[in-house]
Amino acid sequence: MAKAAIDAGCRFYAGYPITPSSEIAADMSHLLPRVGGVFIQMEDEIASMGAVIGASLAGLKAMTATSGPGFSLKLENIGFACMAEVPCVIVNVMRGGPSTGLPTLPSQGDVMQARWGTHGDHSIIALAPSNLTETYWETVRAFNLAEEYRAPVILLLDEILGHMSERVELPDPSELEIFNRVAPQVPPEAYLPYATSGSHVPPMANFFTGYRYHVTGLTHDLTGFPTEDPEITEALMRRLDAKITDNLNGIIKYEETHLEDADIAIVAYGSVARSARVAVEQAREEGMKVGVFRPVTLWPFPGKQVAHLASHVKGLLVPEMNLGQIVGEVERVAGSTPVVPLNQANGQPIPPSGILTALRYMERK
Amino acid sequence: MSRPTKIENIRRECPLQPCTNFSAEEASCTAAPWDNRRVDYPDYLRNDKMPTQWCSGCGAGLVMKALIRAVNELQWDKNKVAIVSGIGCSGRMSSYLDFNTLHTPHGRTLPFATGLKLAKPDAHVIIVTGDGDALAIGGNHFLHACRRNIDSTLIIINNFIYGLTGGQFSPTTPVGSYAETSPDGSLEPTFDTVNVAIAAGATYVARSAVSNPRHVTEMIKGGLAHSGMSVVEALSNCHINFGRRNVSGKPEELIAWISRQTVSHDIARYMDEEQLKGRVVVGVLHHVETRPEYVANYYEKAAAIRN
Ligand SMILES: Cc1ncc(C[n+]2csc(CCOP(=O)(O)OP(=O)(O)O)c2C)c(N)n1
Ligand code: SF4
Ligand SMILES: [Mg+2]
Repeated sequence: MAKAAIDAGCRFYAGYPITPSSEIAADMSHLLPRVGGVFIQMEDEIASMGAVIGASLAGLKAMTATSGPGFSLKLENIGFACMAEVPCVIVNVMRGGPSTGLPTLPSQGDVMQARWGTHGDHSIIALAPSNLTETYWETVRAFNLAEEYRAPVILLLDEILGHMSERVELPDPSELEIFNRVAPQVPPEAYLPYATSGSHVPPMANFFTGYRYHVTGLTHDLTGFPTEDPEITEALMRRLDAKITDNLNGIIKYEETHLEDADIAIVAYGSVARSARVAVEQAREEGMKVGVFRPVTLWPFPGKQVAHLASHVKGLLVPEMNLGQIVGEVERVAGSTPVVPLNQANGQPIPPSGILTALRYMERK
Repeated sequence: MSRPTKIENIRRECPLQPCTNFSAEEASCTAAPWDNRRVDYPDYLRNDKMPTQWCSGCGAGLVMKALIRAVNELQWDKNKVAIVSGIGCSGRMSSYLDFNTLHTPHGRTLPFATGLKLAKPDAHVIIVTGDGDALAIGGNHFLHACRRNIDSTLIIINNFIYGLTGGQFSPTTPVGSYAETSPDGSLEPTFDTVNVAIAAGATYVARSAVSNPRHVTEMIKGGLAHSGMSVVEALSNCHINFGRRNVSGKPEELIAWISRQTVSHDIARYMDEEQLKGRVVVGVLHHVETRPEYVANYYEKAAAIRN
């Protein structure tokens, strides 16, 4: 992950140690000074997130990594990044919660927190890779999306991925497609920091480049200064939402396995999707027609794709290492197709056998 | 050391009454020689944002003027200066000044400033906060920013109250004072901001008061010129939310109340404990160049690793 971040152009990391994300910080503390970047260990997660935003405003691609309790603290400033449109990447290696919870055991309990954790209406991008190679690619993509949409991008890993070792094949960094924030094409006098044309994303001037403008967490107008004007506020809120929700094709990514002829589809993400795939192989040996739909982009949720899927199958199974979070999104679009949740929140991975049992039960019904 | 001094006599000799900068040693004002360089204020202001939203007579305006004068004297390139402010009346300052300005969430100025400075080491980062912003919600960041000694200047506008939210007591509200949330007088002991900053590791620590704007300018200028973490506490008047409940709702009377408490560092060192009771010492209270500055240190070490 650290390598992916560096390859994607990340040159700033600020963090506060927390299991199980500390390895990322350790790697970054080694790598960053060697590529001319900056690593800093801050006094807490609030500060880490603040420093990341500051560094990004000054022009560096910046990231932080944390886990449950630390993610809770970062959310205040993640909201700032949403509002002021500051690109940055936040890794949350999910562990059991609430509170200190299960520090060393996996969970998928922060899916809804990633979506709605910071206060107020906002859209968010969150990605959930399910193996190490994909973690590399999704990390690169996270930086690209952050720069392209001027938004915080959250990488949701679970503790299993956080501590997994498997063979990965990494690309030559020089062949990566890298997106950098769009700089303003106008001179400073003509720069309106939050004006858009053609897309919902305003060009971004870095601090100290001659564009002396104002960045605030308050609701602001096109000049960046605070306003409470209802029309301007509504327009800003709509645009911030639309820059994500009008660009679903550019953001949403998913993987379909054995869905062509499936009667039952499993919707699973992160490490649970690995169990799901094993379960599907076994189920198919038993003659069941099942497949897996795996959202890689969790937010915005690929609702259209799941709706389409729901109209072609007899049932949807949604296994999650929590008490049911993404299942709500599935139910929302499933229409009359039955949705079966399979939940476990005890810090243990959901084994393929558990999923297989659920599949057999659904098959009998 | 204890030369018998009649402070009141020395004070009376000063032509700049009310003044707190009188040096007993040199028998002259510590703020002198005063640089009368002309300041083109509109050049530093976002003039379309004038008049400010501050109540008329608010000390925050005096601090802003002092800050402009200090930057002007150093002739800094505006493009290289960032003002980072928090939430509060004091936090509004960032929107009025024509620099790179960043208005962070309440209490979070220093982390954001840390990111800016680390990313652009040659930038000048100035942080403007309130007493609540810097010392309550931002207290932990305050300690660690001082400890790291990152080259930046933190100006704490200490108006003894949470001004913006209507006058709740803050970590600097004097014991016994009335506030919206201490209707029977505040119980809480106060922070000694300056000593906290020194103990935490800041390398330039000064205190001033808006009763003497020239002195505020000097203290800020010293902080800006210093390479390392500078903390300037500016005692200021919130006559609306602190003054009306306690001393006076008139700005000049509250400023006089502040002025009466202040005593110059140069005079204070000849005063004993009894004489210093109830007085607040102003001046440069700590200035060392011995600790490494964090950002330069980081880049040097990183370059050494690469080579
Ligand atoms: C997280 C958070 N908590 C509370 C507030 C409400 N709030 C805004 S300003 C402020 C206090 C301001 O006091 P101070 O920092 O002393 O600044 P002043 O207004 O006195 O200049 C508070 C509590 C907030 N904006 N954010
Ligand atoms: S409320 Fe107090 S601090 Fe705020 S602008 Fe008015 S006088 Fe100044
Ligand atoms: Mg205050």
